[in-house]
Amino acid sequence: MSLLELRGISREVRLPDESVLPILTGVDLDVAPGEHVAIVGRSGSGKSTLLNLLGLLDTPTSGSYLLDGEPTDRLSARRRSRLRGEVFGFVFQQFNLLPRRTAAENVAAPLLYARGRDYLRRRSTAREMLDRVGLGARADQVPERLSGGEQQRVAIARALVRAPRVVLADEPTGALDVETGAQVMALLAQATAENGAALVTITHDLSVAALAGRRFRLERGHLSPLVEAGALGAATSDRGPA
Amino acid sequence: MTGILGTLAEAWDEVRVHKSRVLLSLVGVFLAVFAMTSVTALGLMVAQVQQELAERSGGRAATVAVNAWDPVTGMPPAGEAWDAAVAELVQRYDIATAATIAYGETRFRMPGGTMPVQTRRVSPNYGDLHRVEPIEGRWFREGDRESLSPSIVVNEAFLTALGVPDLSSRPTVVIGGADPVRATIVGVVREGYAEELVAYRIDRSAGPWDAAAAVDPATAMYGGPSTLELWVPADQTDLVTETVKHDLSLALGGELQVDAYRTDPQGAEETIAMLRLAIRGAGTVVLVLGGLGVLNIGLVTVRQRIREIGVRRSFGATSGRIFAAVMLESVCATALAGLLAVGAAIVLVRNLPLERLLNNGIPIADLPGFPVAAAVEGMIAATAVGALAGLLPAIIAVRAKVIDAIRF
Repeated sequence: MSLLELRGISREVRLPDESVLPILTGVDLDVAPGEHVAIVGRSGSGKSTLLNLLGLLDTPTSGSYLLDGEPTDRLSARRRSRLRGEVFGFVFQQFNLLPRRTAAENVAAPLLYARGRDYLRRRSTAREMLDRVGLGARADQVPERLSGGEQQRVAIARALVRAPRVVLADEPTGALDVETGAQVMALLAQATAENGAALVTITHDLSVAALAGRRFRLERGHLSPLVEAGALGAATSDRGPA
Repeated sequence: MTGILGTLAEAWDEVRVHKSRVLLSLVGVFLAVFAMTSVTALGLMVAQVQQELAERSGGRAATVAVNAWDPVTGMPPAGEAWDAAVAELVQRYDIATAATIAYGETRFRMPGGTMPVQTRRVSPNYGDLHRVEPIEGRWFREGDRESLSPSIVVNEAFLTALGVPDLSSRPTVVIGGADPVRATIVGVVREGYAEELVAYRIDRSAGPWDAAAAVDPATAMYGGPSTLELWVPADQTDLVTETVKHDLSLALGGELQVDAYRTDPQGAEETIAMLRLAIRGAGTVVLVLGGLGVLNIGLVTVRQRIREIGVRRSFGATSGRIFAAVMLESVCATALAGLLAVGAAIVLVRNLPLERLLNNGIPIADLPGFPVAAAVEGMIAATAVGALAGLLPAIIAVRAKVIDAIRF
């Protein structure tokens, strides 16, 4: 059974002039546990919107989204928030680390919303995660004193600290140079694989997309499998942000 | 449980991380709570000092003074008859504190010559009833009545006139008259205006000179126990007054006029309460202004933290949790400011030289400790301001759209 199952998902937004702008149209997608999926597409193609829908940060206008077989459209706001924290881990292009908190505090932050032992052991768990991404020695540094690559590794540790079943990565290498990006992406793929988590990556980078087991192209709100290298190149020719 | 702990930890973390901003926003709250708490505490202490000042002359609440005299001659009753009647009255009604006071003039032989000094002959209980607090030495005891050398308590001007700096030399002074006697100064009180000499003398002593006439023939008519003072429950004053007049009149043969009236000050508490109310009103205005400062900075801050709030939502933070965290951040901060303000108020009030500032250096008999109510009020006020000032930023934080917040 699929962990994430999207059927005929559409997302529209109403513009100030009352016209309707379709962002996603009839999107079908299945993500199995532990699977690595990449989604590529031009700027404005709806990649981030799709990721927000997957992560329960947004709701579709129509269509069905089953999370582990459970329809998400009937979930209360509270339940959605809890599931978001328990099932998903997010990695953002701009890292989005909490300023003026140390790396360890940043990694421990999601565990503030956990319960029981996970909450109580949050500090030691955070340090263990930082060890795993090779930043144990920099646990007490604030983000402002870390390089871009180190910051993204902290963000990866943070995304994985609650042992999520799915990691959603929005342009995880977008703010990094090629070499660092490759290292970070390799770490992300390895860490999620070790955790048994599925990884859904949005990227412009062909090499990043190539790491995925399945690749999709998102164009004008339509999602389709990406099979040809030429098509992949056409889909990612625009290097602007998604 | 861990949810509540997490919310508190999150709020405290914000306060810790943004120390400078929090400190700046809390200056107003700190000052207001400090002022309110200090004023409340000082108000209670000033009230106590005022009360003691007033009671020093009029007696404690409630003091009933009783006088008896012959309406024809104006003379007081015979000492023995008066004493017996008073003793019976005090015993019958189980009156715990009764004192006698008689005003007279005593001639003391000072280094510059004999000087007449207004003297109050009092029983030892007079000190309790009028809160007499010697600044040196002691007040009269029952045992002083057995002393062959009459005990006296004088003021500082008296000591100066006697040429004695303090009581370390166990000073004495000769009371002149037909039978001069050397009196022992046992205590010093701070009383009298400027150079005015004041002396208290124990009402009875064991020596032959104690006869009223021996003290000063010129004032013999005032030598008896002219006034009896009774310390009675305030709510029974009227009943006591009537009963005492009736019983004493009967005990003294029915021919003497007996008058009884309340002498302790009344109405001072209302004045103090009004003063306290006015000062607390001013404190409340300052508190509101301080709260506006916290609100203002809270509003600015929450807009700057929109991205962070979005990120926390991605961690699974519910709306309620975000609301509580922003709200608690404000409450934690103001509660901390309140705690510091209350602490500072306690330090200030406890270290103020209240006796010197308010009571002319005279020890305050029953100085109250720092009132717990004032501390609790200060903490409640600070927390309430935090809650009110945190409400609006918390609403803004909750209404922020997660997606927009993350992109912010």
